[in-house]
Amino acid sequence: MANILVFALHYEGAINKNSLGAVSEGARLAAELGGEAHAILVGENVPDELAGSLGAYGASKALVANGPEGLAQPVVDAMAHAIEQGDYSYALFGGGLLGFEIGAGLAARLTAGVVMEVTGVRVADGKLIAERPILGDSAISEIEYRSDLGIIISRLNAFEAKQTGAGAAAVEHIDVTLSPQATQATMITRGEQRGADVDIEGAQILVAGGRGLGKPEGFELCEELAHAFGDTAAVAATRAVVDAGWYPYAAQIGQTGKTVAPKLYLAAGISGAIQHKVGMQSSENIVAINKDANAPIFEFSDLGIVGDLNKILPKLTEAIKAKRSA
Amino acid sequence: MKICVLVKEVPDAAVEKRIDPSTGRMDRGGEKNLNPYDTHAIEAAMQIREGGTDVEDIVAVTMGPESAVRALHKAVSLGADRSVHLCDASLAGSDVAATGYALAKALEREQPDLVLLGQQSDDGECYTIGAVVAEHLSMPSLTQVIKMDVADGALRCERQAEYGYDTVQVNLPAVISVGDAINEPRYPSLKAIMGAKKKPLETLGAADAQIDASKVGGDNSGAHWTGVKPPPQKPPGEIIEDEDTNETVEKIVTWLAERKLI
Repeated sequence: MANILVFALHYEGAINKNSLGAVSEGARLAAELGGEAHAILVGENVPDELAGSLGAYGASKALVANGPEGLAQPVVDAMAHAIEQGDYSYALFGGGLLGFEIGAGLAARLTAGVVMEVTGVRVADGKLIAERPILGDSAISEIEYRSDLGIIISRLNAFEAKQTGAGAAAVEHIDVTLSPQATQATMITRGEQRGADVDIEGAQILVAGGRGLGKPEGFELCEELAHAFGDTAAVAATRAVVDAGWYPYAAQIGQTGKTVAPKLYLAAGISGAIQHKVGMQSSENIVAINKDANAPIFEFSDLGIVGDLNKILPKLTEAIKAKRSA
Repeated sequence: MKICVLVKEVPDAAVEKRIDPSTGRMDRGGEKNLNPYDTHAIEAAMQIREGGTDVEDIVAVTMGPESAVRALHKAVSLGADRSVHLCDASLAGSDVAATGYALAKALEREQPDLVLLGQQSDDGECYTIGAVVAEHLSMPSLTQVIKMDVADGALRCERQAEYGYDTVQVNLPAVISVGDAINEPRYPSLKAIMGAKKKPLETLGAADAQIDASKVGGDNSGAHWTGVKPPPQKPPGEIIEDEDTNETVEKIVTWLAERKLI
């Protein structure tokens, strides 16, 4: 038997989109391997209905453990327990910060091989082969597991959530004893939103700014350009500048921010790190302005401008205003 | 308080990286430097000391070939008091899980109150080594921390997670990986650079750290490289070098208008 255990992250009564994708992918792979995909949820009084809803995405069983939410080590305890008691060959995680932490901790606990940033998985000779882009996505490496358990941590948005299953998953409650390390961290506040609430997910055109803007005031150039495009445009930002306090969190694109796919994504002063790329690469048209000709963003933009954004953005704003009022 | 900072030697960012087709491992030849993300971890240790907490020892710890000594010298020039170099042919090719195990064994000898590391390495792009090390040391752990205060034997940490900013209290001893937004690392003084080679440096073999040889090295890693293939090809985009900005802007506007984006 080759069952797959999939971590399902949940918050405020909803399952994370990347976890749903992982459950769907786990179900597809388990079917090919001749096993089952089971989901595992950890939290304070997780409703059976929520856990059971993963049946629609292909999980035949949903394991539920009581434990603190939002921290990795209690989940490592729960998953290690489930794997020791059950019959699992693989553990699968959707993209996101906690998946990285839990998957790595589980690899250490169970002496398992682990591959992260996985964008594809295939079956060969009854085993899974993980595909991981490397060297700034210029190549894809293929990795097999030699350990009893293989751990797959996917990249953000690697797997699509598909409602393929029939009915609810069987919910099974498991008792887990927390490890000493899991009791040494306590969540004080979770999911705090900082800065103004802006809506970037509904925008058709996004003007996104990064560290290359040079200073917080650089965002004024982005706002003016977005304004020139009209009502369907908004301003977005990278993690680096949000963490630096230049722009509100609600506007953040990427690994720990939002995923967007607008008609036009105009990146100003953004280098194009993988963590940012995963949140915007499905945009229909990508235009990048950066003074560094070697910036990775030029490798996946449709139009790249090597130049000084302080010179280009104001003139572009004026030209678009003129064009739109013509 | 004793702080150990995990550091790593990585290929210089300006040098093109490649995979050795015969082994599937990163070709780690060529120019090397201290992983830039690690400088934030050293700076974080320095700021804890300068912030009034009694930090008697800041130790830079690395695992790597002989050349990795340079990364340790850089770490010491940035403020570490001494360094430990885990260097053994049997460790070569270790995957993340095996590397984390070996580093944890080296750290056990030091008994730190706090282990700091950077959010990722510039080459392998793994965000995970901290969680592996923490598990082996049975310590609590948090990654991508962008604010950290020490009080009463515990850390109050902030980070961005899936749903916004989280604030987490973590009791010491702990393993914390810091995000690059946590601080602006200082530049080493000329004096510190000159003096770095005179600071104590201990070189450990695998046996010195009581590392179980059956758990490390490429042959004992659970994740095994089998091949490499090119990514799906996307036609290369158009590139404009901005020389005359008016002309550049005109080209952009035409490009956008052709796609009905204006």
